Amino acid sequence: MSRRSFLRTSAVLTTGLAALAASLKPLMEMNDFPTAERFMQKYYKELTPAEMEKVLQRITDEVEKQYGIRPHVRDLKPMDGVEFVYCLNLTRCIGCRKCVHACVAENNQSRNPEIQYIRVLRLPHGSLDIEKAEHFYNTDSVPEKGYFYMPVQCQQCKNPPCVKVCPVHATWQETDGITVIDYDWCIGCRYCEAACPYWARRFNFTKPSIPQERLNPDMAYLGNRPRRQGVMEKCHFCIQRTRAGRYPACLEVCPAGARKFGNILDPNSEVSYILKNKRVFIQLKEEMGTAPRFFYYFDV
Amino acid sequence: MMTRIQRAMRNYFVFLGRCGRIAFEGDWRYYAWMGGLTIFCLLGLHAWCRQFAQGLILTGMSDEVSWGVYIANFTFLVGVAAAAVMMVIPVYIYDNEELHDLVIFGELLAVAAILMCLAFVTVDLGRPDRFWHLIPGIGQFNFPKSMLSWDVIVLNGYLLLNVHICGYLLYSRYRGVKPAKWFYIPFVFVAIVWAVSIHTVTAFLYVGLGGRPFWNSAIVGPRFLASAFTAGPALIILALQIIRRVTQYSISDKALLTLRSIVQVSMLINVFLLANEVFKEFYSGNLHVVSSKYLYIGLHGHHGLVPWIWTAIAFNLTAMLLLVLPVSRSLKWLNVTCVLCIVGIWIEKGMGLVIPGFIPTPLGEMMEYTPSFNETLVCFGIWAFGLLCYTVFLRMSVPILQGRLVQANEGQAGSAAARKH
Repeated sequence: MSRRSFLRTSAVLTTGLAALAASLKPLMEMNDFPTAERFMQKYYKELTPAEMEKVLQRITDEVEKQYGIRPHVRDLKPMDGVEFVYCLNLTRCIGCRKCVHACVAENNQSRNPEIQYIRVLRLPHGSLDIEKAEHFYNTDSVPEKGYFYMPVQCQQCKNPPCVKVCPVHATWQETDGITVIDYDWCIGCRYCEAACPYWARRFNFTKPSIPQERLNPDMAYLGNRPRRQGVMEKCHFCIQRTRAGRYPACLEVCPAGARKFGNILDPNSEVSYILKNKRVFIQLKEEMGTAPRFFYYFDV
Repeated sequence: MMTRIQRAMRNYFVFLGRCGRIAFEGDWRYYAWMGGLTIFCLLGLHAWCRQFAQGLILTGMSDEVSWGVYIANFTFLVGVAAAAVMMVIPVYIYDNEELHDLVIFGELLAVAAILMCLAFVTVDLGRPDRFWHLIPGIGQFNFPKSMLSWDVIVLNGYLLLNVHICGYLLYSRYRGVKPAKWFYIPFVFVAIVWAVSIHTVTAFLYVGLGGRPFWNSAIVGPRFLASAFTAGPALIILALQIIRRVTQYSISDKALLTLRSIVQVSMLINVFLLANEVFKEFYSGNLHVVSSKYLYIGLHGHHGLVPWIWTAIAFNLTAMLLLVLPVSRSLKWLNVTCVLCIVGIWIEKGMGLVIPGFIPTPLGEMMEYTPSFNETLVCFGIWAFGLLCYTVFLRMSVPILQGRLVQANEGQAGSAAARKH
């Protein structure tokens, strides 16, 4: 190689490498670079109890480091002989959206950007045509004359389209009927979000942010533990509460008593009574064949 | 003493080395072109790194419109890749003479298109660091239930098939031996079926979603194939003329006109299928027409896609008219027609198919979508990357096919004959 061509080659190489380095620079500012431990983490269903223990420990430490609060993170399993069902009384719902905010507080959703699992639709009297729904009604007082309100959240389908389409089994249905997401396995392709007929799924478009004092430290692995950037989340019937014998947060806060929740396999439960005795109840978009475990009913 | 295998290995590595070297050789126009593409690649890489660090919030996508131009480009390019079959079928089934020596350029285009597809899917992921969850064996692969898992298989399979076919034929030509039929003809026929499958599976990705009536239509698959077989060969017509211009590789006008007839028939079918779709949506007038209304005429004061789709329709109809008229036998007009086809179909399949599927949302909310600047840069970067790959493939294959880069002239000072083009 001649001196001249050596110099020329080196100049080209140096410029090229410098340009490449400059292009890669934004990676340096990454706020959430995956550690080797997180990168290698196994799929939920493949974790042995001992490995799960370690993972829960790691999550506890990470949350404490980030929020300054030591959380109580558990891996709650479904109970035998339990299948959860939700019933919502459309005659009673007044559209106050208290459920929306109780859910955000309970489930550690990002406040900025804002993520909410429940969307309350305002519909004109006499129509269930969702095209006519108003999402952003903003009035001084509710209920308004001439309208009724329909809160929509994950319908916990018996035949969930979101589970079918996930290419990596990151979302599945548990034996108690709750469709869950392994936040550490989701690759963020958003195919489930496109598949859901109820627009129930939410994506973390950036790193979620929750004010430290608002963090709910009572957490479940498949439930409300803080999520990371780039993964899906959605309503999970408050797994951290309901699998420990409590009601979901949206039910507890409802001032109208419109929300009922329970075990459909127990013939004496409130939801069994409603489904047996109410004259009319509706499964949203029943023609989809998704078979929701979420029923809307009327006081008739 | 070298064994036969060692010698074969050595020869193959010399071949690869010479191919690699020639990719860096050319006149000033070549350097300018490659340099320009590299700059765009790096700008795209930079934009993607920003997105990786800060999240998909840097795109125009939202929970309402959760797929955007990345998936739109992906869909279009799967079609371009599949369209190579439109050269393979005439050559291998009907023994077409004109296209015989050109079919490899179509297959190389398919390779470049698939590489772009894979890049577009990767940049669309929220957690690209977890891509290994998709690898069968070590990840959790939801096959056969998820259409996306099918897509992973068919796209990578198609890539391998085409790399094998092109690589083997070029290496045989380089060595000056006749390729063994059994070692590539079966793969060619598998690739024909496979080409149809990649675009059908990509259509099923959308068609399979019952909650999105706009996509949940049996005609999407056939429309995808028709539009792919229009835009793909149109792109090849343009590429071949550029090859002819800069390399003196002999490409007959007759070959280009054969491709023109393919584009012609495909465009007629494409427009016919589009008309079917529009009729079904609007005449029956049921509530599922909302997305189409939004797309074609606007809905509740939102008109974001209306100018796009009417541009696409105007381009497609003009192209169709030019294609059926003898005027497109002149190369000048044929080129105009090809550009109209490519742009028209890119819009029709991208902004015209992917985006309106999300608008309004399944709960009736209206939220529009416009790609962000960063997102657009990533797209340009990937297109530049694809063009860079295709140029390199051509830079290697043309001298081999012309007999200037052969085993016989190995060691002749960088083979001066090959350097000149």
